[in-house]
Amino acid sequence: MAYWSGGSAGGWSNQGGHWNNQLRPNTLERSTDGSSDEELGSVYNHRVVMRLSKFVAPYRWRLFFAAFATLAFAFATRSMPLAVEGLLRGAENKDAGAINAWGWFYLALAAAGAIAYFTQLWQTGWIGHRLLLGLRKDMFAHLQKLSLRFYDNNEVGRVMSRITSDVTALQDLMTSGFLTILGDIAGISLSIFFLLYFDVRLALVTFSVVPILVIAMAIWQSYSRRAFTRVRQAIAIVNSNLQENVSGVRVIQSLSREDENARRFDSVNQQNLHATIDAGRLSAAVMPAVEIIVALAMSLVIAYGGYRVLNGKMGVAALVGFALQLQLFFDPVRDLVLQYTQLQRAMAGGERVIEVLDTKPDFEDAPDAVDIPDIEGRVDFNHVTFRYVDEVPVLTDIDLHVRPGETIAFVGQTGAGKTTLTSLISRFYDVSEGSITVDGIDVRQITHASLSRRMGLVLQEPFLFSGTVKENIAYGRPEAKDDEIEAAAKAVGAHDFVTRLEDGYDTYLHERGGNLSQGQRQLISFARAIIAQPRILILDEATASVDTQTEVIVQRALKTLLVGRTSFVIAHRLSTIRNADRIIVLEHGRIIEQGTHDELLALGGRYANLYRMTYEQHANGTGAHANGHERAQVPGFDPSPQPI
Amino acid sequence: MKPKSSLPPPIRMLKYALPYKRRVLLTWAAVAGLTGFQLVGPWLIRQAIDNGIDIRNGVPHGNARTLLVAAALITLAAIFRGVFQFGQTYLAEWLSQHVAYDIRNDIYDHLQRLSFAYHDKAQTGQVMQRATQDVEGIRMFVNMGVIRLVYVAALLVAALALMFVTNWQLALLSAVFFPPTAFFAIKMTSTLRPIWLEVQNLQGRIGVVLQENLSGMRVVKAFGREIFERDKFNAEAQNLFVNSFATNRIQAKYSPALTGVWALAMVATAWYGSSEILNGNLTTGQLTQFLLYLTMLQLPIRSLGWINMLWARAQSSGERIYDILDAESAVTEKADAVELRDIQGHVTFEDVAFGYDAISPVLRDVTIDAQPGQVVALLGQSGSGKTTVVNLMPRFYDVTGGRIAIDGTDIRDATLASLRRAFGIVQQDVFLFSATIGDNIAYGAADATYEDVVRVAKLARIHDFIESLPDGYDTWVGERGITLSGGQKQRISIARTLLLDPKILVFDDSTSSVDTETEYLIQQALAELMKGRTTFVIAQRLRTVKSADQILVLRNGQIVQHGRHAELIDQDGPYREIYDVELRDQEEAYERERERLDRVADDDGARAEPAAAAGGGS
Repeated sequence: MAYWSGGSAGGWSNQGGHWNNQLRPNTLERSTDGSSDEELGSVYNHRVVMRLSKFVAPYRWRLFFAAFATLAFAFATRSMPLAVEGLLRGAENKDAGAINAWGWFYLALAAAGAIAYFTQLWQTGWIGHRLLLGLRKDMFAHLQKLSLRFYDNNEVGRVMSRITSDVTALQDLMTSGFLTILGDIAGISLSIFFLLYFDVRLALVTFSVVPILVIAMAIWQSYSRRAFTRVRQAIAIVNSNLQENVSGVRVIQSLSREDENARRFDSVNQQNLHATIDAGRLSAAVMPAVEIIVALAMSLVIAYGGYRVLNGKMGVAALVGFALQLQLFFDPVRDLVLQYTQLQRAMAGGERVIEVLDTKPDFEDAPDAVDIPDIEGRVDFNHVTFRYVDEVPVLTDIDLHVRPGETIAFVGQTGAGKTTLTSLISRFYDVSEGSITVDGIDVRQITHASLSRRMGLVLQEPFLFSGTVKENIAYGRPEAKDDEIEAAAKAVGAHDFVTRLEDGYDTYLHERGGNLSQGQRQLISFARAIIAQPRILILDEATASVDTQTEVIVQRALKTLLVGRTSFVIAHRLSTIRNADRIIVLEHGRIIEQGTHDELLALGGRYANLYRMTYEQHANGTGAHANGHERAQVPGFDPSPQPI
Repeated sequence: MKPKSSLPPPIRMLKYALPYKRRVLLTWAAVAGLTGFQLVGPWLIRQAIDNGIDIRNGVPHGNARTLLVAAALITLAAIFRGVFQFGQTYLAEWLSQHVAYDIRNDIYDHLQRLSFAYHDKAQTGQVMQRATQDVEGIRMFVNMGVIRLVYVAALLVAALALMFVTNWQLALLSAVFFPPTAFFAIKMTSTLRPIWLEVQNLQGRIGVVLQENLSGMRVVKAFGREIFERDKFNAEAQNLFVNSFATNRIQAKYSPALTGVWALAMVATAWYGSSEILNGNLTTGQLTQFLLYLTMLQLPIRSLGWINMLWARAQSSGERIYDILDAESAVTEKADAVELRDIQGHVTFEDVAFGYDAISPVLRDVTIDAQPGQVVALLGQSGSGKTTVVNLMPRFYDVTGGRIAIDGTDIRDATLASLRRAFGIVQQDVFLFSATIGDNIAYGAADATYEDVVRVAKLARIHDFIESLPDGYDTWVGERGITLSGGQKQRISIARTLLLDPKILVFDDSTSSVDTETEYLIQQALAELMKGRTTFVIAQRLRTVKSADQILVLRNGQIVQHGRHAELIDQDGPYREIYDVELRDQEEAYERERERLDRVADDDGARAEPAAAAGGGS
């Protein structure tokens, strides 16, 4: 079938194409091929350099010191052939004193070189790693300030790569790259100087091969970059294939697909093999080519230099010194060509890092924001309008006044604005018009910390952090004592299963609580939501993806948990909706009906209509092939996208 | 587990190079050629200086022709050397990539044949690390260890021999510096390795913190924990900084030392060599040759440090790879296993027991007799052994006592492929592969036609949905494609099973609450699926339980009740308990809704309804 043979990891087709930078503010630039670290920038980006130089500023004296050491090292290394020339000249002239003098000089160069090299490495590392740490911390702290709008628009993977691979690309530049380039340039200049010093004509003849080397390297680079991109793509396919095989092994075995899969894996594995061997051929070619060019230069030195020695225009010692200097000359030339790509990569990475740092948070705590230590739990929506993108409002003129302790159920189709509405209470977003007040105080005038403390939130997908059960329950209230944690767990019916875990409350949960069932994770997230005794509780499809057993436990717990708390519930379980003090029916971001279940049925409007439609259809449908017992739900309010 | 081979894992790994021994020999031949021509270069330069120029008493006695010949030979030698070097590098890459390819295939194949017992314990991340980084570790060892080490040794021996022949005192003086260089190089990498591993580990941890923070941003913000998260990250970043900075310190210490020692070797050689020239024991050309050899040898000797590290890495990588390759599947096929043919679907469990270890059995004394076409419902709390019962039938695990038979044949006497073909399994958590929807439906039947796929999709009530997608059956799902709801996935899984046309069906019914519309579609699809098949259902829904031919209530791995709904409901026992706590809710809720619906239909003005309690029941 098509997908195996295609093998196009590059062809990430983003169905729906919802990436549109013009329309979406707060969206990070997306590279064309989807793999951001492949994109190369220009070699020098003034904005990047200026921004980063601010991070460097505190270390500028050390940087000067490191640069000085780099230059000193380059100088010591390049002076060594001079010492050899002196030694040989001494031998030629039978001058033992000169030999000793040059010998000591050479020794001093060796020592100075080692010390300078040590200083260079030590200082560059010192600065580079601190820069990196500072940059990482700044980026992370900044990411915490950005509102959910940013995270709605940017996938986690992409933001991750900014702080991992892009920062790493910068690391290379910051820890060593910059000074390596400086050292290379100094080295080349010094080599040129010494070559000219030994013999001007010979030097000029030798330089004629440099363009050949540079052109050869540049051509090779463009080929090899493509080849290595192919290798990366090929190995990515192999790995994802393998990963899928491991995760799906139960299905594979139950369908006896082992042989077929082995055959297909072999084919992607083979594609990878060919890609790597192709790339290997390219990288195997570069060194011999360079060496041949260097040897060509050496032949020129021997032929033309020797001729000049024969004619008495040059000493044999100078010839040897020249030959040794020539060996030092080509390394930095080659290295600079390689650094070129490195530099482009670092600049592109820097660009992306700065883009994150420059993304403005939508809002921060107002300077005069107040703490709300204790609240009753009155929530008022005063003619609230909200839009994600400038033109289209998601919520329009919501005017809703909720008494302390009231339970409000939101009902409406997917996209009607239910989740957005609850998100505004927690101030994940700011309203576009109107205001939301808690106990009469505008949420924009309340500190984020104290507001979130008064609220408990349970989402459909129970998101846990790696850490112990205890830490997870106490996430919103780290100072909670053991008995408080236990009490919270008991209140939601989680205590029983937690005590049955290997280490009870100290059981370590792997990434996202992978070692618990979905239902167990949700129970913990319920405990987490109520441990701080919030006055306002928001349940967003909290039981939609748990098994029946858990649901029974949760439904029981809810009976007590909702008492005395202002609660906002999005659910499709009928009993939960029906028990609400008030049901709010949303359509296209507007409140079209509200009232109790019975009132709304009596009204005979949208709610009654949806309710009846779903129910009748359902009752007729199942009756045909079963004795009709079915869980009571009102899914028509939350229909799946497919036509029937 | 097989008895472990006594050889160190990297050496054991070399068996993967055996099929390519001709290539290995060819590579070594290239190494020999490379070494030879590499050493010729400085020798030619010496000839040019000593014979082409031939300075005696400050006056050159040579001739230009000799010089020209030497110069031409230098380029020629470089070309030959280049050819051999290319050959060596390319062949080494070829060889090591083929080894990696073979290991990867072996790992893949072995992994998918290991039984569930292995995969229950193995973590995907760890397995992936073995298949990627550890294979790469072996590959680099083959490249560097098998080829590069030979090259370094050959170059070193040949160069030293040439130097000793020329002037043994000077050669000795130069050679004195080799061992400390090698020692420092090896010392550096062995000091670095543990810290590098730690850095890698810390990078992984910082990645987890980052990933969790970003994916859970809604939770972070809801609980106002930004500062806490920042501190958590900063602590990890600080830790990483300390360790990466430590690697920097080590490198800053050793690298200059290595460069310094080598510079000393050059100084000593040039200094002593010059006085030897002065004394007439050495020529300028010979000293030049010496100095060029020294320049040439520096990197190979220093690379011993890397080879040492690759050896250490290959040691641990090899060990971890053999952890997989040596693992034996707990479920194996008998040599004389028979094909199961024309199955009726009569499944029997005879005193079946199962346990992961001897101390705590998961199942005990399980006896079941499921007649062809019957529906068997398994009921019980989570951990009671329901899932284990169904997993034993297709031999995802093997029984530890008693036997399971299909149509009278012990399942252990059947071939695994034919046994598993007999079963269709619809899991609760449906796994879709990143492929098109069509491919996913045809996953177990690679030879299915498009018409077959459409036919089963229609039966599974998913066809209309698929058709509504822009690319229809060619729509990608999974990681790189669209996301499907649980109900849609389940129906795809039903279609997949229908295509296989198994005689025995296993269905995990403990699905979460999908909306009624989906529920209805699933029920219809299931009814299609169950026609004429023996069905085992892990039941959560009252309707399924009530209509089952047999209900088995499990508790702590034993069947504690057995019968039909009508019989069990009147007995005082676990079935009643489960019924009261979990199932009756559904019934009552349903009955209430039905009454209400009737009344609403009769009289739209109905108002005074007592609100029903959510949990109902007790």
